[in-house]
Amino acid sequence: MKLLDDILVLDFSQFLSGPSAGLRLADFGAEVIKIERSGIGDICRQLYVSDVMIEGESTIFHAINRNKKSYAADLKNPVDLEKVKQLIKKADVMMHNFRPGVMERIGLDYETVKALNPSIVYAEISGYGNEGPWRDLPGQDLLVQSVAGLTWLSNNKGTPPTPMGVAVVDILAGTQAAQGILAALYQRAVSGEGALVQVSMLEAILDFQFEVLTCFYNDGNELPERSKLSNGNPYIAAPYGIYETASGYLALSMGNVPLLGRLTGCDELLKYTDPADWYDKRDEIKSILSAELLRQSAEYWLSVLIPADVWCAKVLDYDQLRKEESYRELNMEIKVKTANGITVTTTRCPVRVDGELLVSSAGAPLLGEHNREIEERFGLTV
Amino acid sequence: MSHLPLKGLVVLEFSQYLSGPSAGLRLADLGARVIKIERPTGGDACRSLSIKNLWIEENSLLFHTINRNKESFTADLKNPDDLELLKQLIRKADVITHNFRPGVMERIGLDYDVVKEINPRVIYAEISGYGKTGPWADRPGQDLLLQAVSGLVFTTGNAEDAPTPFGLSIADSLCGAQLVQGVLAALIRRHKAGKGAHIELSLLESLLDFQFELLTTYYNSGQLPERSTISNGQPLLSAPYGIYPTKDGFIAIAMTPLQQLADVLNCAQLRRYTQDEAFAKRDEIKQELLEFLAQETTNHWLGMLKKHDIWAIEVMDWRQLVEHEGYKVLGMSQEIRTASGKTVTTSRCPIRLNGKRLYSDRPAPMLGEHTDAIIRELKLFIKENQLQG
Repeated sequence: MKLLDDILVLDFSQFLSGPSAGLRLADFGAEVIKIERSGIGDICRQLYVSDVMIEGESTIFHAINRNKKSYAADLKNPVDLEKVKQLIKKADVMMHNFRPGVMERIGLDYETVKALNPSIVYAEISGYGNEGPWRDLPGQDLLVQSVAGLTWLSNNKGTPPTPMGVAVVDILAGTQAAQGILAALYQRAVSGEGALVQVSMLEAILDFQFEVLTCFYNDGNELPERSKLSNGNPYIAAPYGIYETASGYLALSMGNVPLLGRLTGCDELLKYTDPADWYDKRDEIKSILSAELLRQSAEYWLSVLIPADVWCAKVLDYDQLRKEESYRELNMEIKVKTANGITVTTTRCPVRVDGELLVSSAGAPLLGEHNREIEERFGLTV
Repeated sequence: MSHLPLKGLVVLEFSQYLSGPSAGLRLADLGARVIKIERPTGGDACRSLSIKNLWIEENSLLFHTINRNKESFTADLKNPDDLELLKQLIRKADVITHNFRPGVMERIGLDYDVVKEINPRVIYAEISGYGKTGPWADRPGQDLLLQAVSGLVFTTGNAEDAPTPFGLSIADSLCGAQLVQGVLAALIRRHKAGKGAHIELSLLESLLDFQFELLTTYYNSGQLPERSTISNGQPLLSAPYGIYPTKDGFIAIAMTPLQQLADVLNCAQLRRYTQDEAFAKRDEIKQELLEFLAQETTNHWLGMLKKHDIWAIEVMDWRQLVEHEGYKVLGMSQEIRTASGKTVTTSRCPIRLNGKRLYSDRPAPMLGEHTDAIIRELKLFIKENQLQG
């Protein structure tokens, strides 16, 4: 039995935050139906990236929406809206990521939906919460990273604010929405009560920074200072960071500086015996270490450092990673197939349950692909 | 929902540092009773790991941040008496988490197969660095190293920059969050089917999952993602996506059609490019935009951009953020009073339930603070069970 067998999820959300939550629920065994705008669908269908597309649709749409169904509806059309409401009566979960006020105007806000289906778990993801001066701003990943202070943590001192190069806000907001939905579904199983779950992208990314924000809150609002070179995390002492070698790059985690000096034959590092200096003099230490590590290849340094249990790794790109036995051992790649016969290689759900991988070969749906099936199965009539 | 959703559930947290304990924190904030199982000497190694040398008595502020709202039970897992006591505790538990390296729980004798015998309904959730098999299985699962091997460091910074890690522990945070998802979904199944579950995650799988958009594009095109040379925001995205310096600060601009941006900013240089060129010529386009935006202040540009609902915003640091009404209105921070009477400000759980924010002012436990009380409770439990039996 799958973890979420018999759970029906209606996903009105678009792009990445909500749909990534829907994907996780689908992989856990829920039936996830995307409710998409007739004719256009989830705007992500047209969000082409790096000029790569699969049969006219974006690669990322296929990655995010595999293992789901699609029901196309015009929510401004009373007939369609009525059918969707009938579907809502059968659903366990519904979610959306419209800007605040949109679902109220459509007439599918929580209060209305609760009257139709009191035990539903209703989840919404906003950009900045439903209150305050930012509530109507577009909740977009880069923009939320930019206001949340996140761009001052990565890259070296002296470089401009540097965003994290993956949609970290969307993904964390989706992850937390899924947590809230699952906790509420558990409670519903126990008590029968539904719930409203709300997550905002801004709160999600503040939560991500909880360790360093707590530091900021309690040390008199000192801002983070990235190190001048090989910045790994502004709050962590040398040698933490990535270093160029004669061939390839080497990542060094937290470690004992004089020990590194002994192992690499770099006498200049031996004098840093006080661990407090590893933070206070991190730029100085990193600069000495940088020069030293350039002398040999990353492979060479690994052969010296790993036997001494120094925490380090060689930096790999996707081509290199894909050749590693440890990567292949994970069986992370899956092939999914769409209704029009396209095969897409993508990644599977990262969670293993009872020793089994959670895999599904169902590709992303065509827009409205399941309208007829859903209308018949749930008897949607007006 | 008249109370927190996980009320009544008991979680035993054998985890240390961030990945597992961040999962415990979320479960605690959602209402579970989370008991840290710690070594009698030193406990969770995070107790003595500080950032910026900030301490609350003998424990780091970092430990307090990650472990608030939990209890602490000390046990020497190599001592048979302690182990026996723990097994009693496991009978009462709903969830167990650990993030030891593969093989450690087997040696202690608390691996899933053993625990399942003691308590078939338990959800046993574990985090490894790189999975349990393969040549990397025994490597240290530390965040930066996972970023380095997973390709993530080629997403951030500009093309000429060295591989650039995320300046926070993304693998730990994500993996902990996914562990919570697995645990909660398994609890739902348990309620219906009566059986427990074994949930396994690794930091590496979490980071690969995190990059699923990039990886899917790479798998199907065979092309490595390339960071743009200027204002890289995300390697897959076209111009203008990125952060640009202005006369007095920085401005972030997300996906925007080039002609619309040219019109709104009145930027003749941008008009030369068609939308079809927005990816192929992104470096050239971004260079034009960079030079153009440097001429005026952030507010000048934002005035023009916001009027047309263009996706743009000023880049802020935390000082600017916490002064802003948009932040204040969230009520994101909360105060916690530690056992010694010190006040720590930290952030709350980000999830709202039924319109309510979840606050908890309960501090992180001192090492072994709850050992005696839990033993007393256990004895009572054992006695009751014997009476019933």
